[in-house]
Amino acid sequence: MSPKVISRLALGAYLLIFFGYLLGPLVVMSLTAFNSSGFPSVSPWACFTFEWFDVLFKDQRILNGIKNSIIIGIGTVIVSIAIGLSAALVLTQVWPKLRTTYYTIIIAPILIPGVVLGISTIVFWDRVSRLLGPSTDALFHNGIFLTILGQSTFIASYAMLIFVARLARFDPGLTEAALDLGATHTQAFRKILLPFMRPAIASAAVLAFLASFENYNTTTFTFGNYPTLTIELAQKVRYGINPSISSLAFIIVVLTVFGALAFEAYRRNTGNKERAKEGKAAPKSGGILPGFLRGNPAAVVLVLLCFTVITAVGTAQSYSPEQCKMDVRAAKQLEIDLRIEALEEKRRLRELGKTHEGPDIFGTPEVESEDKAPSSSGAFGDVFKDLEQGD
Amino acid sequence: MGAGVTVNLENVWIKFGDFVAVREANVNIKGGDFFSFLGPSGCGKTTILRAVSGFLDPSEGRVLIGGKDMAGIGPNKRPTALIFQNLALFPLMKIWENITFSMEVAGASAGDRRKRADELLDMIALSGQGDKFPSELSGGQKQRVAIARALCAEPDVLLLDEPLSALDLKLRQHMRTELREIQQRVGISFIYITHDQGEALTMSDSVAVMRAGIIDQIAGGHEIYDHPATPFVASFVGENNVFRGKLQSVNGNEAVIRTNRSGDLLAQITPTAVGKMKAGDDAMMFVRPEALALGEASPDSKTTISANVLNEEFEGNSYSVFLEGDGGKQIKMSLPNLGQDRESSKGSSLALHYDASTAVVMPAGELASE
Repeated sequence: MSPKVISRLALGAYLLIFFGYLLGPLVVMSLTAFNSSGFPSVSPWACFTFEWFDVLFKDQRILNGIKNSIIIGIGTVIVSIAIGLSAALVLTQVWPKLRTTYYTIIIAPILIPGVVLGISTIVFWDRVSRLLGPSTDALFHNGIFLTILGQSTFIASYAMLIFVARLARFDPGLTEAALDLGATHTQAFRKILLPFMRPAIASAAVLAFLASFENYNTTTFTFGNYPTLTIELAQKVRYGINPSISSLAFIIVVLTVFGALAFEAYRRNTGNKERAKEGKAAPKSGGILPGFLRGNPAAVVLVLLCFTVITAVGTAQSYSPEQCKMDVRAAKQLEIDLRIEALEEKRRLRELGKTHEGPDIFGTPEVESEDKAPSSSGAFGDVFKDLEQGD
Repeated sequence: MGAGVTVNLENVWIKFGDFVAVREANVNIKGGDFFSFLGPSGCGKTTILRAVSGFLDPSEGRVLIGGKDMAGIGPNKRPTALIFQNLALFPLMKIWENITFSMEVAGASAGDRRKRADELLDMIALSGQGDKFPSELSGGQKQRVAIARALCAEPDVLLLDEPLSALDLKLRQHMRTELREIQQRVGISFIYITHDQGEALTMSDSVAVMRAGIIDQIAGGHEIYDHPATPFVASFVGENNVFRGKLQSVNGNEAVIRTNRSGDLLAQITPTAVGKMKAGDDAMMFVRPEALALGEASPDSKTTISANVLNEEFEGNSYSVFLEGDGGKQIKMSLPNLGQDRESSKGSSLALHYDASTAVVMPAGELASE
């Protein structure tokens, strides 16, 4: 083998391991959503089922958590964008010598642990409410209010970083030109700076929403009577979980892939159009694909994904794994019966040995091995053995 | 020409901390004039323009537009429109939206704006391009859009901050003529900032030459070229041979300067210095390369310089001849290309003659650094 081939193979293996490490857990988790087994697992594979999606959509606490997460997410987006944008604008205006200090102060919340932010948020607003009197209690102890403010403390800093990067490319001459042409400062801001910042505002909004949606350690102190999805999931894990969580994870994965594909498809489509406009690549005419899909693999995959999802949902309406489940149950029952029989057999033999009043040197080899193996292999003795087998 | 509006700077000082950007500027610009500020980069000319347009306030003194003191009036309230050095077209707006931005902020309807944009697009010869974006236009087209956008605001004074510096030579020359035509058509005052003396001299009614925050001379282009007021103006505007020395004798508006290396030379005293110079003063004499001609060697003549030819360069319409006078003095002479075959005079010794009325002498001072 030439060194080139070897390096190719090594690179391939590395990529395989890398993506396996990145995506493996997601794949396994997604698979567990379709296994009828009561605990999220892939093996032993019982039956292919959609029932956990049903369980998920009937779980009021999860649904309520999603609702709260979305409300808080939207609130956080609004507050963070407003604070982040104004902070970034101040940074461009502030006296140059102060700039570094100001910058450090503004991004400090990113470096502070979320737990600290959560605790300080409730403590601070509790003080504020005491200061202002009991009439403000309802607001300042409201979980949604506190969570939005708590999360915004650091998410606004992230948003500001995005805005600062975009603002660095803004030509202040444009604002001056607008002023010179008679615009007021408000008009210059609204008609010149804001449109320029629009892409940054969009990406900051997406980032802020995702950061808010997945936040746990700040929210856990501030949620009050409005548990978010992450809080609900954490509580569920404490009391034992079932694969409905996997089905939620699967939905989120699909939505993410969907969003990424849609964005990529859109990007390529506009890119193609622009290139066609400049005449660099003549728009391909003919072919069986409609214009949107031409030269746009992301769009093709997107359409395929849509079909798959629609088919899967359609199948789920009529598909019923009852027969398979009954088979599995029967098989399990059979296994349990066999094991009970074996145990009874063992007990009988032991009792027989006791009546002999002596070391059981004539015991059957199978029995001896079954008896000895657990005691020698596990530090916890037999405790987990039944559990493992009972599954 | 319509009735333009006067612009006056009265004793204007502009300071940034300890740094004085503009020192005691007194400028009177007549209505409808094409007025240029000419100077090397960093001399404070853009600062003056920003003070006129309202982006900064003078530390001292007053800016008057149409006789009205502009103190405390913001750029959006002044009857000026500025064409920026980088043009500052709004990249996210179409050309017609760019041009009519001043109408949009004033609340004009889209129909009116579209109509006005089409008129202005016709004027700048860009009909039918209104729906493009600035990035789709060439440099010269953007230039014209910037002019149309400024004119759409119907200013009394148009301010131009080196608007042609980004264009290539041919386009720049074309735009010079075009700007001058536009100015004469609309009849408003233009204040033009440039470091290119060619632009200043061809377009302007008046030129102010600036050096490190100081206005050295305000005059018409001809006056600036022929009778520079200071050594800086003489060396910055056009090319000049400089001879340093001390004044030997003064006779009315003529003087003889004893140069350091080239003997005694006769020249006119520049008008601003007449009566202020006396024998023994440090002085500088300037002779343009094109004012030198080949002459007869005569040691007694005070308008003849002897020199050896070092090198010759062909420049199309002329030859530049580089000579070395006594003591290594560098002299440049320009000879018109009249079409006949010319033998290179490299290495030969020549006598250079000039007319005393084309040479100026003035008190010694700072030269423009090349």
